[in-house]
Amino acid sequence: MTLLKKSEQRDLFRGALEMMILQSLMRQPMHGYALVQHIKERSNELLQVEEGSLYPALQRLLKERQVEAKWEISASNRRVRTYRVTAAGRKHLEREVSSFEQMLEGITLVLSPAE
Amino acid sequence: MDWLMRMFARRKIYDDLSDEIEEHLAEKTDTLMAEGVSREEAERAARREFGNVTRIKERSREPWRWPRAEALWADVRFALRKLGKSPGFTATAVSTLALGIGANVVVFSVLYGLVLRPLDVPQPKNLFQVTHEKWAVQSYRDYVDYRDRDSSFSGMMAYQPEFVGMTVDSSASRSWGFATSGNYFDVLGIEPVLGRFFHASDEHGPASAPFIVLSYDFWQRQFDGMPNVLGHTVQLNKHPFAVIGIAPKEFHGTDPFLWPDYWFPVMNAEQVTGTDDLSFRDHYGFSVMGRLKLGVTPQQATESLNALARQMAKEDKKDEGLTARLIQAGPGGDLNDPLRKALIGIMLLALLVLVAACVNLASIFAARAADRSGELSIRMAIGSSRWHVLRQLLTEAIVVSLTGGIVGACFARLLLGALSHWQPFGDFPAHFLIAPNARVYLVAFALSLASGILFGLLPARQVLRIDVLQAIKTGTAQSESFRGFALRDVLLLVQIVICTLLVTASLVAVRGMQRALQVPLGFQPRGVMLAQADLRMAGYTGKQAVSVQKRLLEAATAIPGVTAAAGADAVPFQGRSGWFVYRDGVTEFVDRNRLFAAPAFLVSPGYLKTAGTRLMVGREFTWHDDGSTPAVAMVNETFARKVFGAESPIGHHFMLWATARYEVVGVVEDGKYGSLTEDPQPAMFFSIMQGVGTHLPTRAMILVRSDQAEEQITAALRHTLGNVEANVPFSVSSWDDDVARSLVPARAATTVLSILGLLAAMLAVTGTFGMASYAVSKRIKEQGIRIALGARHIQLMRSTLGRPVMLLVTGSIIGLVLGVLTNRLIAHVVAYANAREPLILAGAMLTMVLLGLLATFIPARRTLAIDPAQLLRE
Repeated sequence: MTLLKKSEQRDLFRGALEMMILQSLMRQPMHGYALVQHIKERSNELLQVEEGSLYPALQRLLKERQVEAKWEISASNRRVRTYRVTAAGRKHLEREVSSFEQMLEGITLVLSPAE
Repeated sequence: MDWLMRMFARRKIYDDLSDEIEEHLAEKTDTLMAEGVSREEAERAARREFGNVTRIKERSREPWRWPRAEALWADVRFALRKLGKSPGFTATAVSTLALGIGANVVVFSVLYGLVLRPLDVPQPKNLFQVTHEKWAVQSYRDYVDYRDRDSSFSGMMAYQPEFVGMTVDSSASRSWGFATSGNYFDVLGIEPVLGRFFHASDEHGPASAPFIVLSYDFWQRQFDGMPNVLGHTVQLNKHPFAVIGIAPKEFHGTDPFLWPDYWFPVMNAEQVTGTDDLSFRDHYGFSVMGRLKLGVTPQQATESLNALARQMAKEDKKDEGLTARLIQAGPGGDLNDPLRKALIGIMLLALLVLVAACVNLASIFAARAADRSGELSIRMAIGSSRWHVLRQLLTEAIVVSLTGGIVGACFARLLLGALSHWQPFGDFPAHFLIAPNARVYLVAFALSLASGILFGLLPARQVLRIDVLQAIKTGTAQSESFRGFALRDVLLLVQIVICTLLVTASLVAVRGMQRALQVPLGFQPRGVMLAQADLRMAGYTGKQAVSVQKRLLEAATAIPGVTAAAGADAVPFQGRSGWFVYRDGVTEFVDRNRLFAAPAFLVSPGYLKTAGTRLMVGREFTWHDDGSTPAVAMVNETFARKVFGAESPIGHHFMLWATARYEVVGVVEDGKYGSLTEDPQPAMFFSIMQGVGTHLPTRAMILVRSDQAEEQITAALRHTLGNVEANVPFSVSSWDDDVARSLVPARAATTVLSILGLLAAMLAVTGTFGMASYAVSKRIKEQGIRIALGARHIQLMRSTLGRPVMLLVTGSIIGLVLGVLTNRLIAHVVAYANAREPLILAGAMLTMVLLGLLATFIPARRTLAIDPAQLLRE
């Protein structure tokens, strides 16, 4: 048998997907499908996420009350569920981003060739 | 309240999620179609890029639930549904397990109650019994030295069971009590529920403390639990004792089985029993228990006691050879206890039955998993992981095993409830505290869980191997090869091995019982009734008691229908006592001069005829062997050989102590004196009118032999003896029953082993039957073709039943070999056990052959009944 497929969320570090979602929604409220397209485009298709993998992350954010969702009719006349970042989400994102930047900086320092 | 809201809101959340995902897929499809892809192609691509929808939905729901608990509950619900759909399968599985677990709960309860249970006193862990190297009891003088001169114990007490007549408000009855040292209750650390206990400070020399403490049960029984019982006076053998306290309800004394009705200070014991138990260093009768001081190990205490014992031996020659051993107080203390070994042996066999049941269920579950491989594959194909499927199967197994465990435990509880009221030992108040407690239920739960996991996981390999594609195409997993040696075969083999082992064990036990019953007793108990009384209850002692007994005997002889009658103080299997025997001419009555200890029976003339014991040489006692003539004795053959060798013992002497010298006047045949399984041992008989030394019997036992019905002679005995002595209550029993009672443990063990053997046989039959039927039904087409091509019956049989039969034969042989190897284990359970006996081997083999025939008969007939024409048309 083939082994269990490692779920894609494990390819990214924990919380990365949530961070990207929050960041994207900060710019503009979006529904799921648009969100996926947005993340794909923004990353120049470097991040190959399974489209569906977004939804568990969205549900987690919903539960933590970092985003809220509302059914609306889109410009293209589709029934869509639009997500918006809440105040709590904004705060969370700030914290996450700053700790992420710190971590990135650390990693970069370690990885950069010694002078 | 948040979680409560969420639970109601959840349905909506899940619906929103599903809608949302549908919309997502629709939008994706539309987008792709807008790029010019066909609808069909676009839909497929949308799904591909989205990923596993079911799985993603599941993961999206996870944040909203308590994942583990809910997943488990869902699994359980699903399992119940699945099991409900195949009630036959479920019932079989549950009852198989219920029997296996029930048997184990019963055996474990008994093991715990009789052997593992600590004494019901505070801190039982540091309470130890001080025993001799060779026997359990001590003399009172030695106890006092141990108590006062050794510093390892914070306290040490002694007690001796006494069977005495107690008079409460002029109604007299005989019952068991403990004569104890004054500090008994203080060493144990228990408090009375009413009144006070006696203490060491109450002891001021002989007959100084006429106090009695009643057991809770006795208080309820005799005094209806009246609190005004305190200050009441009761009589023990006509001597007044003041009731000063009531023991707690749960406290039943310090003996594993004998629950005393009361406790009184040992200082007052001589008053009651008429014998001086306190003055002699070689008079062993007391159980001694002590509490170790904090920080003292049992080893240190043992060494210290032994050093003291050596010192005591220097001071008094009677203590030569004195050694001390510590065992944990309570039923389980002695690791060499045969009962303990026997019960542990039975426990192991019971566990084997449970293993057989699990193995049986494992093969049923494996077959079920194979039949369900279509369903399982579909579940995997729509996104269930193999772990999920496995977890589901395991849940089913555990649901079955826990149900089986509950049913088994209930069944065991009923059985144990009946068992704990069982009084197999007549008026000996033996109690078995075997009602299941929390610990037993915990064991039952653990066993159920373990069995569930065991038989649930065995088929796991099969599930992991399922080829989803193949299974969906054909509806079943590809049929396994019948050439290789499959898991199923191993499972069946294990069952057959266990079955043979248990069948052998139960045959050995039954045969052992049969032999024990055929053993020559050295007397003929059938047709003899025993009437017993304690003459001290009416105040008779010494010569008075002897003349009363003579009158009783004369009256009994005159009863119509009595062919022979005799008097005694004790008879084999009914209250014997023993003495150390010394050669004639010995002056120092100490350990190194002892020949052996032998049971002694004081009997009247006519005893041998009444008991049916043969006189080998010499003469029997006459009424002239009384206090005025030289002391005489009859001994048995073993006694004669051990003391006098090949010489004729008649006219020779032996001694019990300085003033107790006996001339041997007769030799009687060897016999059994306390147990049917004992080795031949020396025994001696003294004249009832001469007594032992200066001790004349105060216990009266009248033996009568008669051809009349038991009830008739019992009534006549009671009536006649009551006319002679109205103040003494007589208890009448049949000697045959008394002998049979000594076999109660062996009988119980044999019954249990037979039940276990039967369970194992049932499992082996269903296991073999299942496998044979499976083999037949899987290959029914193939066999049809073979028949069409002209295969003969024998060839058909060989191809379908060859394997089950081969397994049966191999398993039986392995089981028999194991049975012979574990002979020692079985010997702990039943005496006279010998698995090597050809009769037993043949019996076990025959049983297995019959079981095999039984199990393969129907499948074989089905094979032969195959109609190829019809089959090929299908």
